[in-house]
Amino acid sequence: MEYILIVISALLVNNIVLAQFLGVCPFLGVSNKVNTALGMAAAVTFVIVLATIATYLIQVYVLNKLGIAFMQTITFILVIAALVQMVEIVLKKISKPLYQALGIFLPLITTNCAVLGVAILVFKKDYNLLEGVVFSASTALGFGLALIILAGIREQYELVDIPKGMRGVPISLITAGILALAFMGFTGIV
Amino acid sequence: MNQFQNFTKGLLKENPILVLVLGTCPTLATTSSSLNGMGMGLATTFVLICSNAVISLLSKMIPDKVRIPAFIVVIASFVTVVDLVMQAYVPDLYKTLGIFIPLIVVNCIVLGRAEAFASKNTVWSSLIDGAGMGFGFTLALGVLGAFREILGSGSLFGHKFIQGDGILVFILAPGAFIALGYMIALVNKIKQK
Repeated sequence: MEYILIVISALLVNNIVLAQFLGVCPFLGVSNKVNTALGMAAAVTFVIVLATIATYLIQVYVLNKLGIAFMQTITFILVIAALVQMVEIVLKKISKPLYQALGIFLPLITTNCAVLGVAILVFKKDYNLLEGVVFSASTALGFGLALIILAGIREQYELVDIPKGMRGVPISLITAGILALAFMGFTGIV
Repeated sequence: MNQFQNFTKGLLKENPILVLVLGTCPTLATTSSSLNGMGMGLATTFVLICSNAVISLLSKMIPDKVRIPAFIVVIASFVTVVDLVMQAYVPDLYKTLGIFIPLIVVNCIVLGRAEAFASKNTVWSSLIDGAGMGFGFTLALGVLGAFREILGSGSLFGHKFIQGDGILVFILAPGAFIALGYMIALVNKIKQK
C-alpha cells in the first residue's frame, strides 16, 4: 500500500516537471516530436533509477561512514556524470539498436536537474533503498508522461497560425502551464 | 568590447533567462514571491562570479579532455559553500528554496559561462561577465517574482497593498509557467521591432 502511494504521488500528484519544476530544460527542448520524446523518456528513466541506486549506496556506505555528508552535492554530480558515461560505453558494446535509440540523449542527461534532484530528494524524504527505487522509477515515468503529452500537443501546433512572438518557447510554456493546471486536479488523491 | 559592455550584455541583450532561456528550473520554482526569486538569483550570482574567476585562473592548467568534469568540481565546491552559509545565516530562505540550492550545480547558466567565456578570457573580464550574467538572472527572477506576487497575493516584497485574495493560481505551479511564457513572448515582441 505504501508503495502504491509513492507511485501515485510521484507520477501524478507531485509530477516532477509540472509540480516540482525539475527537468524543465529537456521538457521544453525535446518535446517537438512524440518519437524523440519517447526516446528521451526511456533514457531518463534508465539513468534516474541507476543513479538513485548508486548515489544511495555511496551516501550510506561511504559519505555517512566517513562523516562527510556535506560533500553530497559534489559527490553526487560526479557519480552521475561518470554513470552516464559508463552507460553510454556499455550500451555501445552490448546493444547497438538501443544505443542508437538512446545514445544522443545520454550526454544531455548529465545536466538534467531531475537526475540530481531525485537523488537528493530520496534523502530529504528519508526513503530506504527499495522505496527510493520505486520513487525514482515512478518520478521518471511522470517525467515521461508529461513530456509525451506536451510533445503530442506541440505536434498539433504545426497546423496552427501562432502569433510570431509566441512561437517556440513561450507557447510551450503556456501549454505546460495549462497542463499543470490539469494535473492539479489530482491533488487530494493521496 | 570594453568592460562596461561586458557587464551590461548579461542584463538585457543576452539575458540568461529571457533571451537565452537557460536555467528555467530554478526560475519557475523559486519565483513565488519577489524576495525568494532575488534570494535565489543572488545565490546563483555568487556561484557564477566565484566559479568564473577560479576557472579562468585554472583554465591553462586543466587538460582539454577533462575540462568539463574539472569545471563541475569547481562549481560544486562553491555551491556547497553557498549551501552551508545559507543554512547557517538565512535558515528561512534556505527552507523555502530547499532542493534548488544544491541544484545550482546543474544550472546550465553556470557551466555555460564557464565553458563559453571564463575558459577563454582573463580573470578580470570573467569576473565582470559572471557579475553581469548573475545580475541579469537576479533581475529576471525579481521581475517574474514581483509579477506573480502582485497577481497572486496582492503584495510586493511582502508588503500587502491590495486587500482581499489574489489570483491564487499565480502563486502555484501553473502560474509560473504561464507568467514566464508571457514574459518571454513580450521580450520576443520587443526584439522584433
